Amino acid sequence: MNSISVRALLVRGMLAGLVAGVFALVVAYLLGESPVDAAIAFEESNSHEHGHGGEELVSRAMQSTAGLSTGVLIFGVAIGGIAALAFAVALGRIGRFGPRATAALIAFGALLSVYVVPFLKYPPNPPAVGDPDTIGQRTTLYFLMILLSVLLTVAAVTLGRRLAPRLGNWNATVAAAAAFVVAAGLAFAFLPSFNEVPKGFPATVVWEFRLATLAIQVTLWTCFGLVFGYLAERLLTPRTATATDGKGAASRAAAAAN
Amino acid sequence: MAQSVAPATAAPAITPISLKAIAPWALFFGVLMLVLLYFVGAEQGATSLISGENVHEWVHDGRHLLGFPCH
Repeated sequence: MNSISVRALLVRGMLAGLVAGVFALVVAYLLGESPVDAAIAFEESNSHEHGHGGEELVSRAMQSTAGLSTGVLIFGVAIGGIAALAFAVALGRIGRFGPRATAALIAFGALLSVYVVPFLKYPPNPPAVGDPDTIGQRTTLYFLMILLSVLLTVAAVTLGRRLAPRLGNWNATVAAAAAFVVAAGLAFAFLPSFNEVPKGFPATVVWEFRLATLAIQVTLWTCFGLVFGYLAERLLTPRTATATDGKGAASRAAAAAN
Repeated sequence: MAQSVAPATAAPAITPISLKAIAPWALFFGVLMLVLLYFVGAEQGATSLISGENVHEWVHDGRHLLGFPCH
């Protein structure tokens, strides 16, 4: 394994991220835009002094289509690239998992540590929710929470690998997961929280918006894991297994079953 | 254990890619990817490298729906 395969993994990761981004974009458009529109309608009917003023730089039609696409697709490519690098490190180091299973674990771990855990502490807010004066603090703490959660995940995986020879794989994994939960819980307890939902803002809009953001991330990481796993398996499985498709598929299925 | 039962060719242990080979890619592309995430997630919100509101307004919906604090 040389740097050529790192390059090949990186390219495939970004490609898989782009494909996953397309699926996430569809979910974002179908589920996410209606709570965003509802929130903006609330903002316009309620705010007298602030908000975004009279003239808008980018129209709502552009924001909800081309703008949304730009954001989600760039996000997909970027997380795909980073996840491919994480995959390159994790492959062969986290246990006896093949490329496809490693890709699935990386995607699941990333969904949890990059999104779900920070989401539980700092849930995303639709437009009109959030005090502009605290945006700096909220952004810093959100990124800090992501960083902390990723570091704790790496620490938990390392701990699990260390404990495995003594406790066995199952118990070591449970112990490492429990340590992660305790550490994340401590972070939740000690980091400051924000509740900036304005009076009268419909609770269902907040709920629908947050659920939509979760659906987007679940879609993104699931598609990434599946597509990247397929590409990585094809790249890294020795050619003898893939040469003849029928036989190759059978032997790979046997390999996957073990 | 399980390995002794399985055929020797079925589940070969995968050799890890050496960290030395990954490092340059991780450094350059890792940073590049993080810069992309910064522009989608935070530019012209909490901090601004480019003056104005165009980047913020353009990625507005994406930023909200991807879970970043927007404004």
